[in-house]
Amino acid sequence: MGGVSSFQIQIGGTEIYTPGDKVDVLVVMNPAALKANLGFLKPGGTIIADKDSFNTRNLKKADYDTNPLEDDSLNDYHVFRTPATSLTREALKDLGLENQVMTRSKNMFALGVVNYLFSRPLDNIIVFLEKKFGKKPVMLQANRLALEAGYNFAVSTELMGPSIIIPPANLPKGTYRNIDGNTAAAWGLLAAAENSGKKLSLCSYPITPASEILHELSARKDMGAIVFQAEDEIAAVCAAVGAAFSGNLSATTTSGPGASLKTEAMGLAVIAELPLVLINVQRAGPSTGLPTKTEQSDLYQALYGRHGEAPLVVMAASSPDDCFYYSYMAAKIAMENTTPVVLLSDSYLSSGTSPWRIPENGELPDISVPKFDKPAEEWKPYLRQPDSLNRYWMSPGDKGFEHRIGGLEKQEITGNLTYEPQNHEKMTKIREAKIEGIAGKLPKQKVIGAASGKLLVVGWGSTHGAINTAVIELLEEGGKDIGYTHFNYINPLPENTEGILGSFEQILVCELNNGQFVNYLRAKFPGLNFKQFNKIQGQPFFTSEIKAAIINTLTE
Amino acid sequence: MQTDVKENKAELTKKDFVSDQSVRWCPGCGDYMILANMQKAFARMGHEKQNFVNVSGIGCSSRITYYLDTYGVHSIHGRALAVASGVKLANPGLNVWVFTGDGDCMAIGGNHFIHACRRNLDMNVVIFNNRIYGMTKGQSSPTTPPGLKTKTAPDGSIENPFNIGDIAIGAGATFFARVPDNNHQLMEEVMMQAYHHKGTSVIEVLQNCVIFTDGIHEQITGNDTKDDNQLLLEHGKPMIYGKDQKFGLKVNGMRLEAVPLNGNTPESAGVLVHDVHDAGSQMHAALVKLQLPEFPVAMGVIRSVEAPQYEQDVHKAIERARSKTNFKSVNDLFHSGNTWDIG
Ligand SMILES: Cc1ncc(C[n+]2csc(CCOP(=O)(O)OP(=O)(O)O)c2C)c(N)n1
Ligand code: SF4
Ligand SMILES: [Mg+2]
Repeated sequence: MGGVSSFQIQIGGTEIYTPGDKVDVLVVMNPAALKANLGFLKPGGTIIADKDSFNTRNLKKADYDTNPLEDDSLNDYHVFRTPATSLTREALKDLGLENQVMTRSKNMFALGVVNYLFSRPLDNIIVFLEKKFGKKPVMLQANRLALEAGYNFAVSTELMGPSIIIPPANLPKGTYRNIDGNTAAAWGLLAAAENSGKKLSLCSYPITPASEILHELSARKDMGAIVFQAEDEIAAVCAAVGAAFSGNLSATTTSGPGASLKTEAMGLAVIAELPLVLINVQRAGPSTGLPTKTEQSDLYQALYGRHGEAPLVVMAASSPDDCFYYSYMAAKIAMENTTPVVLLSDSYLSSGTSPWRIPENGELPDISVPKFDKPAEEWKPYLRQPDSLNRYWMSPGDKGFEHRIGGLEKQEITGNLTYEPQNHEKMTKIREAKIEGIAGKLPKQKVIGAASGKLLVVGWGSTHGAINTAVIELLEEGGKDIGYTHFNYINPLPENTEGILGSFEQILVCELNNGQFVNYLRAKFPGLNFKQFNKIQGQPFFTSEIKAAIINTLTE
Repeated sequence: MQTDVKENKAELTKKDFVSDQSVRWCPGCGDYMILANMQKAFARMGHEKQNFVNVSGIGCSSRITYYLDTYGVHSIHGRALAVASGVKLANPGLNVWVFTGDGDCMAIGGNHFIHACRRNLDMNVVIFNNRIYGMTKGQSSPTTPPGLKTKTAPDGSIENPFNIGDIAIGAGATFFARVPDNNHQLMEEVMMQAYHHKGTSVIEVLQNCVIFTDGIHEQITGNDTKDDNQLLLEHGKPMIYGKDQKFGLKVNGMRLEAVPLNGNTPESAGVLVHDVHDAGSQMHAALVKLQLPEFPVAMGVIRSVEAPQYEQDVHKAIERARSKTNFKSVNDLFHSGNTWDIG
């Protein structure tokens, strides 16, 4: 196609051999460039487009009937629609340049965006520009301003860098589609609502990198999702508590700062024993931290971030596609056990895509909600199923089951208010035992590689891809005595956890924080020999880092 | 279970709404009167008990949920409106009541209050205004009058208090009423009107706390003073007040003015007629602000206007989307777009 020029570079953490045949990121300055180059982009890749130039005239020139930035044709890609032309012109307006010259600088705008997305500082580019345009101060200034405008645009709109996620080579049989972590989490909730025969209520407040779950379910009225954008995260979680009391599958989605605001109401859900799913798409903290960067540092908050003795279920997803399965399981566990559940995802999973095998009919585990099927007179609000200790989930509209619940301590069985000392201790123990009892229903923890030996590598959540590759490569290179186990269920831990950990001389826990999971395990299994490998840079692990950490631990 | 209130024609009495829990307020507390009137009004609403949900925050006032034998959530401090919004949105057929205090609703819960007013879900909010934090033993609240000595203002409060009605109407409330805790007939009547109003109904009850602000509303609600100091508003009726209904309210320029009728009929004296449905909010905003000593304090239903109900609009949008989509189950959604087969 005429008039379209492009060139391709590779950015890599290690050596670069060839320009890859397919690219991860495509920058397009007009519709024609998109049409000509889309074929070179990997499925699930990233498009940075100048939306200003996708006007009727240019679309017609490139033979598009509808605007690809607005119809559904690019749904399988991450598309960043940037106002590159207009923002570049605005940034350069005081330099006295002609329009055409200004417009040409928009490639620098795009470069600014790319640098932000890949966490690269601008310094080197500025040095380069100074060398190149040293004699033309206006051009230097123009390029620099455009570059910074692009970078700042990406910062202020909290653009999320694409996570490049390498899918496993041998995918099992089935029908697949690409999916990102946030869409997958949203769909997991929809599936759980359908399989439990419940309506879904999602009550949330926007925050990067969790907002897309809210967006997706807002668009899923066609699936009956009841979505409430609350005035803040406290209102969001409280509305979710109300929806749970009303008998809906109820969820609230957020990231760290919002999760902090939700803590008091999560405690209410604990003592009221209501089913509630909180999905925390973690970002680097504390406070506003690095809003678009990934970290696993809200684990302590999920486990312990409530006042009083307030245990709940904590789980973590480990790939974009399994955000579906774990959000489904979070909803299942919450409803079946009338308990709040925190599901940890993170920025890396939310913005990454991976191939997802669409579950076949009947493949997902059933969800059976504890309803009381005997006469109402035999029921009490805190009557429990003897084996699981679950209370029954009766809701407004259920005749004869009218009851009051709330944040004050309850008398065992009747649920009446009581300050009786022994009762409080007993209820505390019951709430703990109820959560611990869920361990028996969880899938068994699996080990890759050796079942016992020198070193067990441990990961949890979104680091699975990098750790798995590292361990498999070491095993293929002849490594022996190395096992690897990856946790998705954190509280309670699967029942066979101690047996697995205890079969190794050393346990190396790798996580993207300052050592939260390793300390949790140390407290649970004080006799074992834990080592830790941590990275706290807002970036995912590289395989090479994990390999080096394993080798170091083995040779120490 | 989604409920349809129209189908329920329950024959219930006040007793049906009395729970088996012993009531723990201080003897003589105004909250007892509110409880009794709520139970009476509930019995008149024609709903079966399972379709009521009462939601409260934390405070003396908020304990009322335990004493009403229906579904109830005694939630956390300030958040009752947020919880109730989730309840109503999840199941719009429910008859939802929120019970809250001046601290619960206007301080820690102030943000939820203004947003509830603007959203207009069909629910009712009863604010027990004792102008103090009762439960925590007497600190200033956002409605504490200037000069009043409290635990946190030992020299007298220097803060500028909220007028609840003013905030409600400013935030877009479609229904606002004010009642003294000792006028049982009016309270029950106002609760019924709130119930029939489609949208968020805000009812401020001037409640006496015998421990920390005993007599705080006395000038307005006392037996000797109430006729002169209350303007009892009724839709379509002239705004007259006083022992022998000898005073009326008029407009003078941009302001309201209290005038003696001097033997004239209200009509000939140019006294205003209350229009509770006036969609413009200027007159209602002026009425809620009336204060002693220049004016009587407005009581009864001050504002009741129609506006779209949030939960109805949400559910209509869902129905529309459901009727248009080809997705019959999540499976259809999952297979929409680009898929490929392996194996
Ligand atoms: C998060 C939180 N902060 C503070 C409190 C303590 N607290 C309980 S009730 C209350 C004030 C209640 O005042 P009001 O709403 O006016 O109710 P009243 O007791 O006067 O009826 C406070 C400060 C609490 N329970 N929770
Ligand atoms: S402290 Fe005041 S408001 Fe609370 S119960 Fe006693 S009298 Fe009523
Ligand atoms: Mg109070």
